Amino acid sequence: MIVLRNLHKTYGSHPSVDDVSLTIAERGVTSIIGPNGAGKSTLLSLVARLIDKDAGTVTIDGLNIDTTRSEVLAQRLSILRQDNHIASRLTVRDLVSFGRYPYSRGRLTAADQAKVAEAIGFLHLEDLAERFLDELSGGQRQRAHIAMVLCQDTDYLLLDEPLNNLDMKHARGMMQLIRRAADELGKTVVLVLHDINFASWYSDHIVAMRAGRVVHSGPCVDIMQAGVLSSIYDMDIRVQEIDGKRISLFYE
Amino acid sequence: MPQPDRRARLAIAVLATLAILSIAAFMTLGVKGNWGFVLEYRGRKVLGLCLVAYSVAVSTVLFQTVTGNRILTPSIMGFDALFVLIRTTIAFFFGFGVLAQTSVQLQFGAEVLVMTGFAALLFKWLFLRGQRSLHLMVLVGIVFGVLFRNLSLFMQRMMDPVEFQSLQDTFFASFSRIDPTLLGVSFAIVAVASILALRIAHSFDVLMLGRETATSLGVPYKRRMVTILGIIAVLVSVSTALVGPITFFGLLVVSLAHVLCGDGRHRHILPASVLLGIICLVGGQTILERVFAFDTALSIIIEFLGGIIFILLLVRGAAR
Repeated sequence: MIVLRNLHKTYGSHPSVDDVSLTIAERGVTSIIGPNGAGKSTLLSLVARLIDKDAGTVTIDGLNIDTTRSEVLAQRLSILRQDNHIASRLTVRDLVSFGRYPYSRGRLTAADQAKVAEAIGFLHLEDLAERFLDELSGGQRQRAHIAMVLCQDTDYLLLDEPLNNLDMKHARGMMQLIRRAADELGKTVVLVLHDINFASWYSDHIVAMRAGRVVHSGPCVDIMQAGVLSSIYDMDIRVQEIDGKRISLFYE
Repeated sequence: MPQPDRRARLAIAVLATLAILSIAAFMTLGVKGNWGFVLEYRGRKVLGLCLVAYSVAVSTVLFQTVTGNRILTPSIMGFDALFVLIRTTIAFFFGFGVLAQTSVQLQFGAEVLVMTGFAALLFKWLFLRGQRSLHLMVLVGIVFGVLFRNLSLFMQRMMDPVEFQSLQDTFFASFSRIDPTLLGVSFAIVAVASILALRIAHSFDVLMLGRETATSLGVPYKRRMVTILGIIAVLVSVSTALVGPITFFGLLVVSLAHVLCGDGRHRHILPASVLLGIICLVGGQTILERVFAFDTALSIIIEFLGGIIFILLLVRGAAR
């Protein structure tokens, strides 16, 4: 369970995350939605200790992220950010192997190798395993990064806009994969999404943010309401039910 | 993975052989008279050269790791200019006589201290406060370099011309001028820095992935950065104080190491860079001294080659 209490982060004079308290349940997929600049990515980075918070506490399974060693946290929680520029030239397998660093400190055991192979298999990257990252397409590279995060084998996965730069087919593939990670591997996945229909279709819970605050949080059906969505995004949004899933229409 | 691994190992084996050959050639070529004396005399020189090669190579590799950039080196950040400034300031306020008379040990100690302090401040300011932008760092390095150079120039203008000339002589890196009495203490300093580095060596590759990924993988990023920057500052200061400013040497050997190894893992790049450094310095010195009977020209040749590589890297980087 991830518990956030009174989290604050201010950039300049403008609060990016403003007094957020939130509990993210174990297992399942939780999507964070909201307009640009709502503080979604900042919130994710705060939870993953990538940026220092101004006030508040974050605990992961009861471990306070301020007082727990970074090495220990790395075995509980992993995060993938949007832009992952890497200065050195690596193959897909090299990158995925880094996911074992919290356990092996760079000396891979046979068990680590097995985990690496498993993660590569889970993302269907076998054919690309020996290719260098700079020879891959954006979607393939994204999958390689996800494989690394999965290989870290943490209970909690935080993904910051994992659908960025993916076409429809790859975006769907990515969401199906995230669903599988939650259902088959028992992971807790928290992701930032811009496409609310993807959020509705694939997640168990939705957290809606606006101007640094959490304005709604709950099961998909509660958030996927015309009134709720319209107030979050400040525009008219209709919601229709198709095949038992709620889909929003906002194109005109 | 197996293929780049094999290539890198082969490269390191070849480089090690070449490095041993260079050292053997340096020690034995053209020996006349008392072997014992010559071997001892040349042995000290070789030790000094190897120490400089090691410090420059390791500090450059680590600097590129923490900056996540393959063009920057500590010396491009204004170190050579600081060295000139320290020397000039001493000569200006106390006269060149003082510089010539103070024991080399004292000079060495003072220079290492001041340069380490400066580097620590500069690095701390650059890397530990928020976002680090490559352009900002290069600019700051250039600006500091210009500031130091102009301060030096200003003092040199007002100096006695004879003193100025003697001073200027010490500004060119000279690999044949290493003072043997400084070797012991240099070795001790470098050894301590190396032991510290070795203890955290497992995280070097992870740091190449950038701050966010490294943090997510459990590297205590800030603490690690401070340690590594401290190690770099010490290594650079020792080598600069020993032989004088050399700007592009580190860039030359590390870039060659990357080309030869084919992959960027520190397990390969670090030894390859050190061996290349030894080959360049010891081998180059042998050829110049024994074959061409030159002396100080080695630093000029190395800087020339390194400078060309720097420009190539810049042009390629801009094209990408």
